[in-house]
Amino acid sequence: MSISIRNLSKRFGNYVALNNISLEVPSDSLTALLGPSGSGKTTLLRIISGLETADDGSILFKNEDVTERSARDREVGFVFQHYALFRHMTVFENIAFGMRVRKASGDEVRERVNELLRLVRLEGLGQRFPSELSGGQRQRVALARALAVKPRMLLLDEPFGALDAKVRQELRTWLRKLHEEMHVTTVFVTHDQEEAFEMADQVVVMSAGRIEQTGTPQAVFDNPATPFVMDFLGNVNVFHGRVQSGKVQLGPFTLQYDDYQHSEPREARAYVRPHELDIDRAPSQSSLQGRIRQINPAGSVLKVRLLIEEFGVELNVDLTHERAKILNLKLNDTVFVHPRSVRVFMPETDYVI
Amino acid sequence: MHINTVRSRKPPGRNVANEPLWFRVLLIAITWCIALVLIIIPLVYVFVQAFANGISGWWKQLFDDPETRHSVFLTLMVAPAAVLINTVCGLAAAWTITKFRFPGRILLLTALDLPFAISPVVAGLMLVLLYNVRTGYFGSFLNAADLRIIFAWPGLVLATVFVTIPFVARELIPLMQALGDDEELAAVSLGASPWQIFLRVTLPNIRWGLLFGIIQCNARAIGEFGAVFVVSGRIERETYTMALRVEKLFQDYNNTGSFAVASVLTLMALSTLLLKTLLERMISRSAGEGHGDGH
Repeated sequence: MSISIRNLSKRFGNYVALNNISLEVPSDSLTALLGPSGSGKTTLLRIISGLETADDGSILFKNEDVTERSARDREVGFVFQHYALFRHMTVFENIAFGMRVRKASGDEVRERVNELLRLVRLEGLGQRFPSELSGGQRQRVALARALAVKPRMLLLDEPFGALDAKVRQELRTWLRKLHEEMHVTTVFVTHDQEEAFEMADQVVVMSAGRIEQTGTPQAVFDNPATPFVMDFLGNVNVFHGRVQSGKVQLGPFTLQYDDYQHSEPREARAYVRPHELDIDRAPSQSSLQGRIRQINPAGSVLKVRLLIEEFGVELNVDLTHERAKILNLKLNDTVFVHPRSVRVFMPETDYVI
Repeated sequence: MHINTVRSRKPPGRNVANEPLWFRVLLIAITWCIALVLIIIPLVYVFVQAFANGISGWWKQLFDDPETRHSVFLTLMVAPAAVLINTVCGLAAAWTITKFRFPGRILLLTALDLPFAISPVVAGLMLVLLYNVRTGYFGSFLNAADLRIIFAWPGLVLATVFVTIPFVARELIPLMQALGDDEELAAVSLGASPWQIFLRVTLPNIRWGLLFGIIQCNARAIGEFGAVFVVSGRIERETYTMALRVEKLFQDYNNTGSFAVASVLTLMALSTLLLKTLLERMISRSAGEGHGDGH
């Protein structure tokens, strides 16, 4: 079931939590609301579920306006950050709760709960209490409980926030697979860009109550729409410089920049991702001299930290292992670094070379 | 209150300050002396006096005297009525204060403590001034409706309710604050009605705390003297509760009678204490069932 959010606003006192948000969530998709804390992502999720009400704007499930409908009648499965399992009930009764309050028959409940226990791989744990489960198991109970009433959509608030790295990784993969089997429109909130990019079909980047960018993970990663998105997606090198007459001047780098042909100089910031920088042994036309401060292997890349003594700044460079082998880098080596591509943002508008 | 004592329970061990032995022995001896003189000896003496004429004498004092019999009956009516009213009001107050934010919330919270701070005699006097038939503030209305509150059982209930209001609410508020409202929200999103949420989610979570509050409230309601003394008007076989009866018998130089009734009150208090201790254990166990993060 698709979700349409139109011109949604929400204030808490003087604090603007959501500022005129509009968003389309396609049917059967897995959408991530990504942003730092205080960006309004959890508020948005709660408003979709009906646990919170908006001051302005409307929400449509498919073509049906549900803005005025209470959480009770929205038929939305909600998974809380800290699970919110009923602590005095067994796992079985937790999952059965939604059916019990709808007066489902005992046989129907038993059948459905056992089916869900299998689905979330907790067979045989039905008679345990939440306090007797691990974090990952509790999270799966919460998910089964939300799915038990066959919701029209599934909303998850920081679903893996409280789990350790290994369990988190397992659950991500598992949830993605589960989503493909179930075909339920799913929206989840996260502050972890890796999690969002790994799981979602659509990523919605939020900041200070606004949507910064919406798109597929690939589109958002390749073409960040704003400096915020670029920054938030992590670990970028920032250069301050000027643009003038079709050129951008960043320290020693002068690069072609066709989008700004005026002769009046303007301030600009350039963002370069670590993998967009290259290291050479010999200087070239526009390169910076730096000294290697740190070399760390990190998965498929080698992370190198350089100190540019001339400007007193540090740069992060990601090299492939093959490239690193050819260069044969050692600590304190003097090398030359140059960007392969640069993303320039000017205060009002932004351009990409 | 009990929650704090349970949570801060430390493993027994030596004090960090490491006082000298003689000092510790002295302190412990003083504490025991105080407990002996002020608590244990009087307690034992109540029973010694009550059973001065043996068990049959004690029984006769309690049930052969129609006035005493009536006082037992009256207390068994007034105390549960007050407890019932305060359970409902306490639940409502705790729910309101913990689940909503509204102007005057802190004021309400403070007002709930007033009955603990105010002298029961003043509370009783207040009720007389308000509800007295001839001179009271609501007097003319009550007169017209032919309702008697002061010097009748409704006054006794009212006075008892006033004095014991804080017990249930004060017990529940910190408990419900600690529990938060995540579970209730989860129940809403699963389609439960407000009543279903209360019965299936909230009540089971607060059941031990609620029972604890009720027991304390009941103990105080049974033993209440000051406020009840003022509003009762002491009419034989009408407004004498057990606590008032103890005093009356004592004034009439009927020591064994007085102590027999007193012993019943004391027994009730002791069983309250026992129940409280058992409940504290239950509460600390169910608090352990709470959701810690991960294992």
